[in-house]
Amino acid sequence: MTALDPANGAAKEASPASVQHNDTPQPVPRAEEASDRLMRLIIPAVMLGLLVLLWAWYVSAYDVPHYILPSPWRVAQSLVNDWPTLSSALLVTLKITFMALGLALAGGVGLAIIMTQSRWVELAIYPYAVILQVTPIVAIAPLIVIYAPTTQVAVLICAFIVAFFPVLSNTTQGLKSTDHNLLNLFEMYGASRWQTLRYLKLPAALPYFLAGLKIAGGLALIAAVVAEFAAGSAGANSGLAYRLLESQFRLNIPRLFAALLLLSLTGVLIFALTSAVSHLLLRRWHESAIRREN
Amino acid sequence: MSAVPETASLVTAGRVPASSRPLVRLNGVSKTFSNGTIALKDMTLDVGQGEFISLLGPSGCGKSTALRIVAGLGEPSSGSLDWPTSEHNAAGQPEPEISFVFQEPTLMPWATAFENVWLPLRLKGLPRKAAEEPVMEALSMVGLDQFRDAYPRELSGGMKMRVSIARALVTRPKLLLMDEPFAALDEITRFKLNNDLLRLWQRFGWTVIFVTHSVYESVYLSSRIVVMASRPGRVVSDLAIDAPYPRDEAFRTSPVYNEHCRHTSAALHAAMDGGEHL
Repeated sequence: MTALDPANGAAKEASPASVQHNDTPQPVPRAEEASDRLMRLIIPAVMLGLLVLLWAWYVSAYDVPHYILPSPWRVAQSLVNDWPTLSSALLVTLKITFMALGLALAGGVGLAIIMTQSRWVELAIYPYAVILQVTPIVAIAPLIVIYAPTTQVAVLICAFIVAFFPVLSNTTQGLKSTDHNLLNLFEMYGASRWQTLRYLKLPAALPYFLAGLKIAGGLALIAAVVAEFAAGSAGANSGLAYRLLESQFRLNIPRLFAALLLLSLTGVLIFALTSAVSHLLLRRWHESAIRREN
Repeated sequence: MSAVPETASLVTAGRVPASSRPLVRLNGVSKTFSNGTIALKDMTLDVGQGEFISLLGPSGCGKSTALRIVAGLGEPSSGSLDWPTSEHNAAGQPEPEISFVFQEPTLMPWATAFENVWLPLRLKGLPRKAAEEPVMEALSMVGLDQFRDAYPRELSGGMKMRVSIARALVTRPKLLLMDEPFAALDEITRFKLNNDLLRLWQRFGWTVIFVTHSVYESVYLSSRIVVMASRPGRVVSDLAIDAPYPRDEAFRTSPVYNEHCRHTSAALHAAMDGGEHL
C-alpha cells in the first residue's frame, strides 16, 4: 500500500456527502414534503376563514352597529367602492416606504463600510446614529415638518431615520465579524483593502445585512404611517395613515377597516419580499437558509 | 540513534546536501506579546531547501508563533529572518512563494470549492477563465476535481482540508507552512491526508514547515523534527529522521518508525521536564 491514489481516496471519503451533493439536498421524501407545503397553506387559510365567519356571526347575532364594528361584507364593499381613494393613498404609502427603505439600505451600508474602514470615523459618527435612533421619531417629526420643503419629504425623512439604524447596526456588526483566519489569509496573499472588502467582508456581512433588511422593511412601513400621523398630512398626496384618520373622524369605520387591511397586506408583502430575497441569497451556503438534516 | 539503520541510499526527494544554502534562516528570533508573555525566545533555525521540518512541542511552546513569523503574519520582537536564496530580498520583505495551511480549513462558506482555490490567483488579478487550468490542476492534486462546484458545507471535514491544501498549492509555493492542519480530523482521514501530503511533497520538492503536537505524525512525515519547550517558547533539540521516503502504511508499524518515535518522545519529555512545572 504505497502512496494512495488521490481520486480513490477522496471518493471513498466523500461518499456520504457526494450522495447529498448529487441529489441536491432534499432528504425529506418528495410526497411528504409536498403535503407539508400544502398544509402550510391550508391551515392558515382555514383559520382565517373561521375567524371571518366568527366575526360575521358576532356582528349579526348581537346587532352591532356598523359604525362600531362593520361586518366583513361591509368592509369588502368599502374596499371596492372606495378603491380609487384608497388605492392612490396606498400608492403614496408604498412609494414613501420603499424610497425610505432604499435610502436606508444605501445610507446604512455605505456608512457601515466607511465606519469599519476607519476607527476615527466610527468614533465620530456612531454615537450620533444611536442618538438619532433612540430619540422617538414622533418627537422629532414636528421639527422635520418645519424644515422639510413638503410634508411628503418630511414623512420620507422620518421613515428613513427609523429604517436606517437596523441596516447600519447589523451591517457594521457583520463587517466586524469576519473570520480572523480568513483575514490573515487575505493579508498573507497581499490582498488590497478593496479586495478584502469585496471578496471577504461584504459576503461575510451578507447574512447580518439581510437580517437588518427584514427589520428595516417592516420598520419603514410603520414609520411611514406614524410619521404621517405626526406630520398631519392632508389632501390629495396623503397616504393610508391620513385616510385612516379621516375615516375615523367621519365615523366611516368600514373604510377604516379597509385601509387597515391594506396596510396589513402591505406589511405582509414586504416581509415576504425581504424573506424571499434573504432566502435566495443565502440558500446555498448559510445555515439559516438550510433545512436541518436529521 | 544507533538502532536506526543506515538507509541514506534509499532517500529520494526532500533531502539536500548540508552544504546548500538554507531557504530561510531564523536568527535569534524572539516574540514578546503586549501582555508581557514571551512566546518565543531566541530561536535560531536553518530551514534547508526541500526539507520537511516538524515543529513539535506542547501548547504554548511558540511553534505556531514561529510559523506565523515566517509567514509574515507579525514581526519578531527581536532577531531577524533571512531568505538567502530569495531573489528579491533586498528590501528584506518579499520572500519566496509561501503558502499557509491553517488548523481549520478556513474556507469562505459562500464560495464553491473552485472559487476558494481560485482566491489567491484572483487576488493577483487572474480572471476566472485564466484561472481555470491551475485551479483544476490543484483540485485534482488533492482528488477533488469532481467537487469543484460544491460549497464547503456540503463537504466532509477531510475534504474541506483538501480544498484548503489545494488553495495553498495553486500558487505553486516553494515553502508550505502548515499549522496543525490535521489536528481536528479523525485518525483514518488524517493518515490518508498524511500519505497524500508526502506524495505531493516528493513530487514537487517543496520545503515544508509543519507544526504539530503529535510525536507519531511528526515522525511519519518529517525529515527533521525540531522539539520545542514552553515558558518561554524555545528550541530544545533538533532530530534528523533519516528513514527513507516514500513512506507508507507499512512504515507506521516498522521497528525503525517505533525507534524514532521512542527517541522523539524522550526528547519531548526531556523538554517538558526541563521547563517550569505548573
